[in-house]
Amino acid sequence: MFGYILRRLAVAIPTLLLLIIFSFLLMHAAPGGPFTGERSLPPQVLANLEAKYGLDDPLLVQLWNYLKSVVLHFDFGPSFVYPDLTVNKLIADGFPITMTYGFLAFALAAVVGIALGSAAAIRHNTWLDYLAVGTAIGAQVLPNFVMAPILVLIFTLWFKWLPGGGWSFSDPSFWVMPVVALGTSYMASVARITRSSMLEVLSSNHIRTARAKGMPESRVILRHALKPALLPVISYLGPVFVSMITGSVVIDIYFSTGGIGRAFVDSALNRDYAVMMGVTILVGALTILFNLIVDILYAWIDPKIRY
Amino acid sequence: MVIEQAKMQSLASRMVEHEVKGRSPWADARKRFVRNKAAMAGLVILILVALFALFGAHFAAWSNEELDYNVMGQVRELGMPSIASGHYFGTDDLGRDVYARTVQGTGISLMVGIVGAAIAVIVGTLYGATAGYVGGRTDQIMMRTVDILMSIPYMFVLILLLVIFGRSIGMLFLGIGLISWLDMSRIVRGQTLTLKNREYIEAARATGVPSWKIVLRHIVPNLLGVVAVYATLLVPLMILTESFISFLGLGVQEPLTSWGALISEGAGTMNYGTLWQLAFPLFFFCITLFGFFFVGDGLRDALDPKDR
Repeated sequence: MFGYILRRLAVAIPTLLLLIIFSFLLMHAAPGGPFTGERSLPPQVLANLEAKYGLDDPLLVQLWNYLKSVVLHFDFGPSFVYPDLTVNKLIADGFPITMTYGFLAFALAAVVGIALGSAAAIRHNTWLDYLAVGTAIGAQVLPNFVMAPILVLIFTLWFKWLPGGGWSFSDPSFWVMPVVALGTSYMASVARITRSSMLEVLSSNHIRTARAKGMPESRVILRHALKPALLPVISYLGPVFVSMITGSVVIDIYFSTGGIGRAFVDSALNRDYAVMMGVTILVGALTILFNLIVDILYAWIDPKIRY
Repeated sequence: MVIEQAKMQSLASRMVEHEVKGRSPWADARKRFVRNKAAMAGLVILILVALFALFGAHFAAWSNEELDYNVMGQVRELGMPSIASGHYFGTDDLGRDVYARTVQGTGISLMVGIVGAAIAVIVGTLYGATAGYVGGRTDQIMMRTVDILMSIPYMFVLILLLVIFGRSIGMLFLGIGLISWLDMSRIVRGQTLTLKNREYIEAARATGVPSWKIVLRHIVPNLLGVVAVYATLLVPLMILTESFISFLGLGVQEPLTSWGALISEGAGTMNYGTLWQLAFPLFFFCITLFGFFFVGDGLRDALDPKDR
């Protein structure tokens, strides 16, 4: 197991370094720098600015310095557009918010999805099954950017129950719509995957044996059916986590929650390369880390995986 | 030995008349597909949406760029959907005809979806089939590359590309095409691994057919079923990706539009009571996704009869 984790890390770390180098080079291939705005600066001022941010060094030196500061000090440098902001400050402000509703949405997708899917499989071909399948099909065409306006329309404009935007760590009524908008379509996918794999497991030999022994049904399902049925779900959870982070961009913009998604899109529109790179690298690191966790979890649960 | 001449005669003539017609696997699949009601409904929806995108513009009373100055400022009262004013789907807050804009957006979204899936099919099939057929170290390197590319948060990289190289529709195609083939290549490789030990491939190799010809002539045609199913399911994913980016305002730029951009505009003006601006693009978006998902599922059931 330990060797397996080490081997996976040996792939993950170069991947992350490649991502940093790739986005760095991409930024520098871009026409126009962060200081080529509407008003052109006098050459001397421009030269001073470039010297301040180290943009006049050779490319390789810049890359080396950037890698050093990111890897050793976890420092993404200053924002190019707002000189008094650092990228670290932007991330520190936005990230806890994104993580809070992201984690809740992930929990919604995983817990409710698995429960719904299992219930549908256990009560195969009853109204519960049809309801679950219907919800799953319906939610497939309702991604976060469609759910968000629909939720606001119903719960803010018509019923006036929930605030239509903003964020507060102390008031959960601000959390409801971001979490539901972000989690629904993945909840549906998780439910669908759980249902079909649970159906397959329930018709397998070891379940028949367990039932023949006279084991109570609840124990059959919890002890014998759930674990093998969850395998395909676990391998799906990695991509779900990544989509949650990506989807947070829409949530941050639509609900003005103040997470890192807003910072990312603003920086994309302003060509604030430092912020874009910082967010991309952070998300990349999280993606790689989470895929690693999912792989380890999978290897731990599935005895057929050799590591 | 007496053979009943008359009986044999009649049997022979019957056999000539009622020649047993062989059925190809594709004909079987077509039959199963036609019997699947959800899939057929999906197909009909998709054909209607495509007709709407192709010919809808001929029935529009207004062009997609004209501003109706009469309704400007009073969109809520005068910009309602109505046959009399020629704005079948109403107008947006600038007085532009939502019907004409929806036709245009439908065309562009469908095009992005289909082109993205087409790139995935071509690149992914060739890449996956080559990796699977050649095998060994080449396969290792090729699939490791795919693994690495897949662990990159592609939406962020796509936005990065769009910002750096300009937000044009060409760049959008390229960016979506760059990421869409990864899954396809994995699926195709897996399928190729099972195909490559079949007798007919062995026979081809024994008669000295070059490797590239085996891949193109013998492997790729036998992958078509898997590829067709996955391509149908890929189109809605491409449409979703494009809509996501356009919703953020980073995709298709004015005067062009797409479902994502229209939904974004509609969601932004919903507070003013102009719900039709959200409802019509959203309706077309949802039914098209439904259509593709149903057709994809139907194709999978039809082409893979053991899986049910």
